[in-house]
Amino acid sequence: MELTIQRQNELEALCLRFRKEVLTAIHKAQSGHPGGSLSVCEILTLLYQHRMNIPAPDDPDRDRLVLCKGHAAPMQYRNLIEKGFLPADCMDTLRQLGSPLQGHPAMHTPGVDMPSGPLGIGLAAAQGMAIGLKLNGSAARVYAVLGDGELDEGAVWEAAASAPKFRLDNLCAIVDYNKVQLDGTTDEIMPLRDLEAKWQAFGWHVVRVDGHDLRALNKAFDAAEATKDVPTVIIADTVKGKGVSFMEGQAGWHGKAIDADSYNKAMAELGGAN
Amino acid sequence: MGKAIRDIYGETLAELGAENSDIVVLDADLSGSTKSKVFGQKFPDRFFNMGIAESDMVSCAAGLASVGKIPFVNTFTVFLTTLGLIATRAQVCYGNLNVKLAGAYCGMSDALDGATHHATEDIAAMRALPNMQVIVPSDPASARWATRYAAAHEGPVYLRLSRSEYPELYPGDTEFSPGKAKIVREGTDCTVFAIGILVHKALEAAELLAAEGISVQVVDLLSVKPIDAGLVAACAAKTGAVVCAEEHQIYGGAGSAVAEVLAHAGVGAPTEFVGIQDVFTETGKYDSLLAAYGLDAEAVAAAAKRAMERK
Repeated sequence: MELTIQRQNELEALCLRFRKEVLTAIHKAQSGHPGGSLSVCEILTLLYQHRMNIPAPDDPDRDRLVLCKGHAAPMQYRNLIEKGFLPADCMDTLRQLGSPLQGHPAMHTPGVDMPSGPLGIGLAAAQGMAIGLKLNGSAARVYAVLGDGELDEGAVWEAAASAPKFRLDNLCAIVDYNKVQLDGTTDEIMPLRDLEAKWQAFGWHVVRVDGHDLRALNKAFDAAEATKDVPTVIIADTVKGKGVSFMEGQAGWHGKAIDADSYNKAMAELGGAN
Repeated sequence: MGKAIRDIYGETLAELGAENSDIVVLDADLSGSTKSKVFGQKFPDRFFNMGIAESDMVSCAAGLASVGKIPFVNTFTVFLTTLGLIATRAQVCYGNLNVKLAGAYCGMSDALDGATHHATEDIAAMRALPNMQVIVPSDPASARWATRYAAAHEGPVYLRLSRSEYPELYPGDTEFSPGKAKIVREGTDCTVFAIGILVHKALEAAELLAAEGISVQVVDLLSVKPIDAGLVAACAAKTGAVVCAEEHQIYGGAGSAVAEVLAHAGVGAPTEFVGIQDVFTETGKYDSLLAAYGLDAEAVAAAAKRAMERK
């Protein structure tokens, strides 16, 4: 799918805005997950704002996305607002009672295709969507966005084994490989070892890419779409907390409320409030 | 006469497959045992063997349901309701998705495989989940109805099936209603609320007690959730003594559901609980297990007498 320089510039500007507004929402809520929301920014923004076909959130032939790493919900919500599926001002209600924006994605939020939050089980649900869409004769594609810490969960590898068996070339998994989980780095907590070789051994088409490079990501998604008979996994090298120097690569910012000083400093680094 | 509940289920599922092309079936390498294989052989394009991966299977079903399919998920009851529980809770029930969970071997019906394969806490887990309905057939006709109802109902349903043969209880043309129990024997001294195989044991118990001049009413709950609260309260109030009988732990199952109804309704009937008494079970022949764990007609009759003595 073509990505013109102009469109790339627009998407980069959107990413910057989304980063700021997501941090603002998490700061206001005094609860949420900044690190993983920032690392997945380009992945979700490119998919929702450029590649995915979603004429309406209930269109049966729409492309689907399962945010398996459901704690990055604020970045998904900001993207759904941009699509027009949620009211523009609802980011202010993140994690509050009565809000459409639950702490983790819920099915009653327009644009959310599957509840998520408990790690490990999203890829298998995306697989079910891919099977069902093929049975329906739909050309829609299904995206499953996983965290790297999530790969500790055994259930991920159940789905990694079954999706190639069912030849789901309409399924694309993306690993937000930011190398940091809650308690420390992935190397410290549970080494992932040779991720590319692991997915290849399970029968996947594997693409490795810089997960903050929109052009490279776009090409990776092109490669996924061009691949027949097997699902694709895009291992996207990212930086946890990307864009805010003191959050980058820091496990401490996985799921921490943002205090006023840190918030102001972060916003200044991102070029000031909108 | 009787027929194994799993066979009735398998046949009915295959019939449904012919009637509705949205029905898809998943199994975790036990399709020969669960009888989902009958569907699989007729509709291979709509049958998915997930391997021994229960979590993958339930999540996959959630995804299928989210795009308009009607998935029936099959494996042994105990594995479905433990290994499949996180997906059942966080995806199927939280998403209120149209997934049907069929637990093939309830209670001790996989008798010889022992405690690891006995499902004695499944109702507690399933009935606690919002949006989930819990149905326990007690004979071939009710198993056929329950399977058809699950397909027709929009939303999560848990079918508690059995490896065992249950005698016929209802004529083939019996009409069942969702959430409704059936009085299978009228009586005045004590009501036994039972599910599954215990409905039959309760009817035997009623015969034993009739010989002693005691009149026992037997209610087949059929639906544990929603439970037929009006009928439960009325029967308990009428007879003044209650026995709950189920092939499940005494905590959290159908007996607990009955007790919740009676407590709320203010019906103060003394109640005895026939079930697995908070222990792990053993290997053995099915009938000897039922007797050993106090789930036979004699045990139900003794419980009825205890309840009546406490009136």
